[in-house]
Amino acid sequence: MFNIRSYDERLKDFDWSIAEKELGYKEGDVINIGWYISDRICEMGKADKPALIWEGFNGEEKNYTYNDVKRFSNGFAVCLQKIGIKPGDRVCLFMDRVPELYIGFVGIIKMGAIAQPLFSAFGDESLFVRLNDAGTSAIITQKKHVSKLRKIREQLPNLKHIIIVDYDGDKPLQEREAAFSMEKADAPEKFDIYPSKAETPSLLHYTSGTTGQPKGVQHVHYSLISQYLTTKWVLDLKDDDIYWCTADPGWVTGTSYGIIGPWSMGVTQCVLDSGFTADRWYGFIEKHKITVWYSAPTAIRSLMKAGEEPIKKHNLSSLRHLCSVGEPLNAEAVIWSQKMFDKPFYDTYWQTETGSMMICNYPGMKVKPGSMGKPFPGITGTVLNPDTHEPWETYGKVGLIAFRPGWPAMMRTYWKNQEAYQNKFKNDWYLPGDRSSIDNEGYFWFIGRDDDVINTGGHLVSPFEVESALLEHPSVAESAVVSKPDEINMEVVKAFINLKPGIKVDDDIELEIMNFIRKKLSPLAMPQEIEFVDSLPKTRSGKIMRRMLRAKEWGEEIGDISTLEND
Amino acid sequence: MEEMHKNVLDYVKREYLDDDQEIGLDSPLISSGIVDSFSMVSLKRFLEKKYSISIPDDKATPEAFDTVNKICVLVHEFNKK
Repeated sequence: MFNIRSYDERLKDFDWSIAEKELGYKEGDVINIGWYISDRICEMGKADKPALIWEGFNGEEKNYTYNDVKRFSNGFAVCLQKIGIKPGDRVCLFMDRVPELYIGFVGIIKMGAIAQPLFSAFGDESLFVRLNDAGTSAIITQKKHVSKLRKIREQLPNLKHIIIVDYDGDKPLQEREAAFSMEKADAPEKFDIYPSKAETPSLLHYTSGTTGQPKGVQHVHYSLISQYLTTKWVLDLKDDDIYWCTADPGWVTGTSYGIIGPWSMGVTQCVLDSGFTADRWYGFIEKHKITVWYSAPTAIRSLMKAGEEPIKKHNLSSLRHLCSVGEPLNAEAVIWSQKMFDKPFYDTYWQTETGSMMICNYPGMKVKPGSMGKPFPGITGTVLNPDTHEPWETYGKVGLIAFRPGWPAMMRTYWKNQEAYQNKFKNDWYLPGDRSSIDNEGYFWFIGRDDDVINTGGHLVSPFEVESALLEHPSVAESAVVSKPDEINMEVVKAFINLKPGIKVDDDIELEIMNFIRKKLSPLAMPQEIEFVDSLPKTRSGKIMRRMLRAKEWGEEIGDISTLEND
Repeated sequence: MEEMHKNVLDYVKREYLDDDQEIGLDSPLISSGIVDSFSMVSLKRFLEKKYSISIPDDKATPEAFDTVNKICVLVHEFNKK
């Protein structure tokens, strides 16, 4: 029997109070996510139950019970209070997928600060932009990442504390740096949890847009309500499941469903801190007898490419439910998983701004390979006519995906950018920025982004950010960044570059620019292909016509070129 | 150490490691996360340029790129062709 029982039945009488009652919350109560995902689980008698089974790339394993999560997160909370962090301060987590990342997140939220997880592969410029915008007070990191912080700390006067969780004393600490060992520090059984309320800010996740710098998506403690219920009804987690979410907590999937969702249900989860190889991943599933697996289309396509051989070497019979997130899951991947694992990957659609799943495929409901599924109960979803912003009245028409605002995990604002937040709403609909159609059975079918943002490997990259960074390279005069199709990552970054006079076009400069962007921004933002051009297509007013370049990459019609500047 | 091994090792250290990290010829690069799948493209480009070879995409796998030794085996394979 699935947790959701019947999707159609749930639609009839749904109310978010279902989740509130199960969590023992009523309106006006104190609600602190950190308490709910550690202390409360202990109070339910699961203190000794494994919460986190962690494995490093060299096979090292560390196990933590819910009581360990409670105590060690209390230790983080005490440490932050002692150094003067106050409720509402932003505390960044900038680590690989080590236990301190997961447990530190809980500690930050318990003491009322706002957790700001950032992907550890970010270069110093990407890191600076996000820390500067948020006015971050402290950052919890590892020694391998400290050099990036040392390059930018002088430009970050608000950043008073750089807390290193694996300091080994071999080199002296520098200004603002301090060592903290989660397992050696004082880890009290009890901590005076910050009395946050439903609308108290909990989390800041940065996301890239078409224009401007990345924006800080602000979430609140009440987001727990929909994160909990979607975990229960879509991921179908049960008490005896062993769960693996492959997403890094630097991204919203890794916090909503890699920390909050599973731990709010008191489920055991496994984390693998290792690079991807098919053999390693299947070996991990076999070793820990993973039952529910939440992964991403890029990884699934990489597994498809690796073929049947690595599957045959491992016993994957423990798997009972598979879900996917980050970008549309193509039909071929769904059919492949049905063949290989005897069950399909269930696609789920949502984004950083929505905080929890919005359109999904549900256990027990027919899966149409390639479809996003249907709106979660309690979510009113439709597609709008792009001209009128009114819902299409017939099926099959492509339009803007839209949701009625007000679900529990909806972002409350973009950090210090209320105008950008307001622009996400039209006619009292929230617009995620994607296009789809709806068929006559109510299934949504993804068409594409409504803007220029590049979705590569399930992560959004802003062309503006990459172009701005390219201009900082001494040889680049002008650039235009677009997406190009990719078999594994769906799309990747391609840059068209016009070099300064006298700079030779050769392999050296291409590789130099690629590495420049990789280190400055991130590996995701690195152009996977560079085409050097004598000029970029522009309108008569001088605006670069990216859509022409993009259309060529995707084999699409170029469209109206009447505004194109004549050569 | 052969010159190719030294060149590849030096390049990986220079481009992908932080100051205080050390690796050897058999240190895992991809499976340890030092070089992720996106960064593999720039490593592949370096090898192709340095050794005037072309590595087909289906040969540029995480397994084939996982250590400096394995990378050099791959480069030798295409050097001969």
